[in-house]
Amino acid sequence: MTLPVFDVREDPGPNFMNLLIKSGLGPFEPPAGVVSELSSKGITVPYGTTIAALRYADGIVMAGDRRATEGNFIAHRRIEKVFAADKYSAVGIAGAAGPAVEMVRLFQTQLEHYEKVEGVNLSLEGKANQLSQMIRANLTMAMQGLVIMPLFAGWDIQRKVGRIFTYDVTGGRYEEVAYHAIGSGGKDARTTIKLGIKEGMSREEAISLAISALYEAADEDSATGGPDLVRGIYPIVATVDRNGFSRLEDAEVAAASREVITIKSSVGGAQ
Amino acid sequence: MTVPFYVAPEQVMKDRADYARKGIARGRSLIGSVYKDGILLAAENPSRSLHKISEIYDRIAFAGVGKYNEFDQLRVAGIRHADTKGFTYSRDDVDARSLANVYAQYLGQVFTHEMKPLEVEILVAELGTEDTPSQLFHILYDGTVMDESRFSVLGGDSESISERFGAEFQADWSLELALRAAVRALAGPERNLGPRDLEVAILSKKNGRRTFDRLGYAALEELL
Repeated sequence: MTLPVFDVREDPGPNFMNLLIKSGLGPFEPPAGVVSELSSKGITVPYGTTIAALRYADGIVMAGDRRATEGNFIAHRRIEKVFAADKYSAVGIAGAAGPAVEMVRLFQTQLEHYEKVEGVNLSLEGKANQLSQMIRANLTMAMQGLVIMPLFAGWDIQRKVGRIFTYDVTGGRYEEVAYHAIGSGGKDARTTIKLGIKEGMSREEAISLAISALYEAADEDSATGGPDLVRGIYPIVATVDRNGFSRLEDAEVAAASREVITIKSSVGGAQ
Repeated sequence: MTVPFYVAPEQVMKDRADYARKGIARGRSLIGSVYKDGILLAAENPSRSLHKISEIYDRIAFAGVGKYNEFDQLRVAGIRHADTKGFTYSRDDVDARSLANVYAQYLGQVFTHEMKPLEVEILVAELGTEDTPSQLFHILYDGTVMDESRFSVLGGDSESISERFGAEFQADWSLELALRAAVRALAGPERNLGPRDLEVAILSKKNGRRTFDRLGYAALEELL
């Protein structure tokens, strides 16, 4: 590798994705037609499923189940789909797992790259817009079946509030008021949160509600994995507040999950 | 046809080196030194926004003296190199030695082939791990690389500053002692430097994945 120095008129600025493209390493350029052949040849790739996020008094909580599926098979039981995008934001992914995880890696590098080159952080909205552009860059692959659906949430340092953003396949970006869930179990997770959400919830209440939402999603949707007591696999849960991103310890998630399960079993699993 | 004047290559190189050295000597100096928990980088710099020291990667920092726009271009190129490498391979594969080499190649190339050499001296510092020691790569305007495991002084007045700082240097000293010695060495016997005249950053083993940290006024006042 040589030193990436550009002519001033060609300079990619603080944008890491542009830098990769200018260096001939563009991440979203699959050879034409290759992806559309996947399904016609009966090749399946792993898909990740449900991610839920909601706002509470001090920030946001995001939770994701641990399952990836290939058709009707379980591809992975321990996949992680909730990540720290940077110190003050979290990103969760549903959709084609391979390109989605790669997009998260690119997004994380992009935010850190901007911060280092410019010496300041992007605003939360700036970060959300960057993610938009990445999803739009993936549109060709999405049209051929490899859809990536992220859920983005973080702490807005200027406005001192937690915010949640959702996306559509064309990169359209929408801000949610208090909660959202994406993926195949998203509908059930959303309903659960809708019924349980209150103004000014505590961190513990919000975590418990997010875990319940994933539990209900797993109950109704075979592609979403519920808490696995046998193997000790629990959802990934993270919070973002004024102190930044923090991923919950497994033990805390396990305890909160067991509590949710105890409530469910006390009413006969509500049938 | 006109015949160009013959100038001996020795003369060309000497003129270029003199030119670069003069440019560098106009700016203020900078010290990089290891201390107990990491690496200290301290520069005399009254500006709050035009930095001489900055973060390149998890365990790597950059410092430059000389012409601001030239070393800033090198700084950004270093971040690009490191981020591209970390994205293509893995975070563990980004190291200061290879970065120092590409810097040296570039500076050497510009020195011999361009009209004007870059009027900069740069320092690439890498925080060590449990198994590897910390390293400082000092790169000159012509691409000469020197690696140091103790301390390095960049800039015009480097010889006398180096002498002053070397007399006080201890391998396992605290941040406080290292910083005070660095400030004394930068100031010299006739001046005093306060927090507002300094730009200080550290690579500290206590900082988690991204070890780089800038020390603000408050932190400097406390340490000094």
